[in-house]
Amino acid sequence: MSAAEPVLEVDRLNVAFQSRRGSASVLNDVSFRLMPGETLCLVGESGCGKSMTALAIMRLVPDSGRIAGGQIRLRGTDLVRCAEPELRRIRGNQVSMIFQEPMTALNPVYTVGDQIGESLRLHRRLDKAQARAGAIDMLRSVGIPAPERRVDEYPHQLSGGMRQRVMIAIALACDPAVLIADEPTTALDVTVQAQIFDLLREQQARRGTAVLLITHDMGAVAEMADRVVVMYGGRVAEEGPVQDILARPAHPYTRGLIACLPGLDPAADEARPDLPEIPGVVPSVWQRGQGCPFHDRCAQAMPRCQQAFPPMFAAGPAHRVACWLHEGGTA
Amino acid sequence: MNHAPGSPLLSVRDLQVHFPVGRRHWGGPQAVVRAVDGVSFDLQRGRTLAIVGESGSGKTTTALSVMRLAQPTGGSIRFAGQDMGALRGQALRSLRRRLQLIFQDPYSSLNPRQRAGEIVRAPLDLMDVGPAAGRDARVAELFAQVGLRPEQRLLFPHQFSGGQRQRLNIARALASGPDLIVCDEPVSALDIAIRAQILNLLRRIQREQGQSFLFISHDMAVVQHICDDIAVMYLGRIVESAPRQSFFGRPLHPYSVALMSAVPTVQGGRERARQRIRLAGDPPSPIDPPPGCGFAGRCPAAQARCREQAPALREAAPGHFVACHFVEYRDGAAWSPLAANPAPASATSPPRSAA
Repeated sequence: MSAAEPVLEVDRLNVAFQSRRGSASVLNDVSFRLMPGETLCLVGESGCGKSMTALAIMRLVPDSGRIAGGQIRLRGTDLVRCAEPELRRIRGNQVSMIFQEPMTALNPVYTVGDQIGESLRLHRRLDKAQARAGAIDMLRSVGIPAPERRVDEYPHQLSGGMRQRVMIAIALACDPAVLIADEPTTALDVTVQAQIFDLLREQQARRGTAVLLITHDMGAVAEMADRVVVMYGGRVAEEGPVQDILARPAHPYTRGLIACLPGLDPAADEARPDLPEIPGVVPSVWQRGQGCPFHDRCAQAMPRCQQAFPPMFAAGPAHRVACWLHEGGTA
Repeated sequence: MNHAPGSPLLSVRDLQVHFPVGRRHWGGPQAVVRAVDGVSFDLQRGRTLAIVGESGSGKTTTALSVMRLAQPTGGSIRFAGQDMGALRGQALRSLRRRLQLIFQDPYSSLNPRQRAGEIVRAPLDLMDVGPAAGRDARVAELFAQVGLRPEQRLLFPHQFSGGQRQRLNIARALASGPDLIVCDEPVSALDIAIRAQILNLLRRIQREQGQSFLFISHDMAVVQHICDDIAVMYLGRIVESAPRQSFFGRPLHPYSVALMSAVPTVQGGRERARQRIRLAGDPPSPIDPPPGCGFAGRCPAAQARCREQAPALREAAPGHFVACHFVEYRDGAAWSPLAANPAPASATSPPRSAA
């Protein structure tokens, strides 16, 4: 495979949920590409569909929902069409995921060695002793001291930061092509978050893993991302290289998201003006109409924003935005 | 902030909250968590004091003991001149009217079976605030103050968004007309766009009504925006306390410097990540804290003395207190041991942190 080909390609992905009230569309035509070795950040507020996108890639959409359309191509294989036995060979092997809360994602009744070794035994057909040796190597590689002792410990014996290191060890044990990290540091303290970001960067550089990092923290985006996909209301609002998105955000939502962050300015000003606000709240899936889901919170909304969702317009060489304000730039 | 001019609204001296843990072995000593271990601070009227620290630093326990929701095992808490430890029964209840709390989680802190109007009215009824006939009008006024519509009084909590629920929490806290509001991580459960709305609301309320806020947070950017004074806690103790500008202009304790540098920022990006001061490991357990400075095990500037002798809080600049042996004075100013050799020392440290 050449380096110019995406390792993961999500193409017009639609996910719908069925309930007594009818069918609700939680993802609408979500498309993006993940290149080998790059970090792509999915950004947005809760309810915008970023975690659902991750679950759909893993084919773990909850029972009441289904993938209603689109393709998810992993090195050319369409995961949407894969049968369960094939998915089992892919999950944890070619695509793996780390979750927000390491305490609930780890199994409390198995040792960390068992949990890291499980994927090695399943995918690499290693025997028990080899899997244990592999688990010790992984623990050492994610920076856990005394791995020979820790391998026999249970999750409750580890600190929050160490648990997340174990999660990363499990996810990377089989050298997956794609690592999905869903808010991996939200439950951690900021000094520990810095350690985990260092670890992710270092492992990525060593293994060439493509990372899909889901976060709501623009600071984390600035630090980790090569490219950014901003989501809102189950759609991609804007996509581009991290420098473009942060320095020249094109979508009014992205602009608001960056402006409303309190800064950490060493020359703290005593005046302290109020923070710019994005008024209102994210619309629920039932309230999304035909138009742009952001129109009722947008200061620059026009009549047509209510009527039709805009296509992707070009806002720069690799920078695309779904907003009528940028009509004329062609994608 | 131990230099209080005038009389502070809240004055905490040498507060200790120790919890017994586990079962005591026959004849053996009882293990004790030193959640708060000798904390002193003053909070002036109309000001915001932020207590920051990581999980397990004792910041929430400090806040709860100010509310008398955690029982102090030592020290004193004086509120408006009264020793809270000596108050019992009716006297404590009537004082509680002047102290209110906003919780972190806007979901679990509201009764799902009560209507919003009843939730906000409850403190008025329970504490018998104002004439009964005027309470409905008072609830409507509180709704308007926090930016909710009057007709929303009939809704149940699940019909509100997270940000609106936090507005309800704020309205309930304001109901009894308190002098002090303890805000325990009031925005950390909220989405970023909603955070700005709530922070602006809290500041507007303080400007208009003059309450004091004791603001508990782990988020340095939020704290910088909202506080007037800041106290940094580590392992049950205050390691640094200062007025806002003095602290953010030049944090002195190595932990404060590291905490500030750990925050990822939009402006800083990757360059900031490269120059970060890296802390190894996790905070030690408060069950059997090490002798000497609690931060010595993770401190890049630690020396032998730090492990033997606990540094006392001392005034390094006007109003700026720090508990570190190695804060230096040069050119008439105090310097943190980590700031002494600027950038190169930390920039060349390996990108990988040891656990």
